[in-house]
Amino acid sequence: MIEVKDLSKKFDDLIVLDNVSFTVGEARLVVILGPSGTGKTVLLKTILGILPVDSGVVLFNGKSIQAAKENEIYDIRKHVGFVFQSTALFDSMNVCENIALPLVEHTKLSSRQVRDKVQEILEIVGMAGKERLYPGSLSGGMKRLVAVGRALALDPKYLFYDEPTTGLDPVMRDRIVQLIIALKKDYKKSGIVVTHDLDTAEKVGDDIYLLKKGKISKLEQIKKEVYNG
Amino acid sequence: MNLFNLIGDFSTFFFRSLFIPWKIRTSKSRILEQVYSIGIGSLPIIIIIAAFTGLVSTVQSTYQMVGTVPRYLIGTTVGRMVLIELGPILTALMVSGRCASSMAAEIGTMRVTEQIDALEIMAIDPYRFLGLPRIVGTFISLPVLTIFSEFVALACGAVYAHYFLNIPFSVFSYGIIHFFAMRDFLGGLVKSLFFSLVIGASGCYFGFIVKGGAKEVGRAATYAVVTASILILVLDFLVAVVIFG
Repeated sequence: MIEVKDLSKKFDDLIVLDNVSFTVGEARLVVILGPSGTGKTVLLKTILGILPVDSGVVLFNGKSIQAAKENEIYDIRKHVGFVFQSTALFDSMNVCENIALPLVEHTKLSSRQVRDKVQEILEIVGMAGKERLYPGSLSGGMKRLVAVGRALALDPKYLFYDEPTTGLDPVMRDRIVQLIIALKKDYKKSGIVVTHDLDTAEKVGDDIYLLKKGKISKLEQIKKEVYNG
Repeated sequence: MNLFNLIGDFSTFFFRSLFIPWKIRTSKSRILEQVYSIGIGSLPIIIIIAAFTGLVSTVQSTYQMVGTVPRYLIGTTVGRMVLIELGPILTALMVSGRCASSMAAEIGTMRVTEQIDALEIMAIDPYRFLGLPRIVGTFISLPVLTIFSEFVALACGAVYAHYFLNIPFSVFSYGIIHFFAMRDFLGGLVKSLFFSLVIGASGCYFGFIVKGGAKEVGRAATYAVVTASILILVLDFLVAVVIFG
């Protein structure tokens, strides 16, 4: 379980996160909805300790990432896969090498076992047969699928998706949405999806929160407030 | 950023990149890749620079000394000049121009496209993954390139002296060998070891601190080369004072 408690972050005088709190339960997807530039990506990066927080704490199964030492932070991160909005694939490596990198770095698998694992992941994300291609020759949607594949490499418990469907055509968007749902249902992956797309949020989210002006509120609560005038 | 901050950050980066527990299994191939890229990749430009360094040194030494000293002393002068100063420093400046800029641009691009964040999230230390192989790769390659460039420079000087200045190979090489001092050769090598560290460290450091986009990446490449070149000249003086002073 991931517990985000009273997280605050500001850049100079700009308050990006203001006492943000929520919980990611087992096999549940939390969606953080909000317009571009509201700090959704900053939230993901602070949760993972990439950006320091001003106050608040993030607990991964009860262990605070803010209080953890560097090697402990790395241990926590091995349980999290992250799909970047920009995909952040290594452009000097092909699809196979991109997905294999975490396996080579963190496991003692033989090259054959790594190859088999990569094949298995490519089957899951629907990119089998594309292992020799470089990111430069892939479309935006295909890069997004490979990024999901790389995030799955260490079989993490949690998956964080940063704007997974932004800038994609409707067909590819639907494919990514179905993949996110399948990973939750079939592979029990919990996680956080940040998006500004309400349609994606409603399809994949178990708990949907709105992030606006640094404050977070649950969507059902907002709907109730709107309906009650 | 003021100068003291820069020096502090640069030193922290340097020690952080080198003194981290690194896994031989996964780092070895990346170090070899860098040795190939820096060493073999720089060979053509080093051969050209070294050849002309040898030729010019021979011409200038002959112009200044012929008729006043025995001709074999031209070999001695060229030999010591190349071994002590010209070989190490010109090779380092060339490698700095070629490799420090490319390291800064490559790592800087990785920074702005979130590839370094991706490494951190995958629990891969970017200093070990990107910094260490480049610094160690330069540390291995530069001394070898320096020895190679010294050999090429002396060979070209000897050939020119033989065919155009009427100084036979035997006379020229007698001048080099007879007055050869191991301290000259080792002093040059020690210099190149220090130079290699500043080339690798400044190339990586300026790449790591990039914020922004393409313009900042270009600026990082420039800073990397300028800083490495200045540090090479400063270290050249300091090492010269310690070894030859």
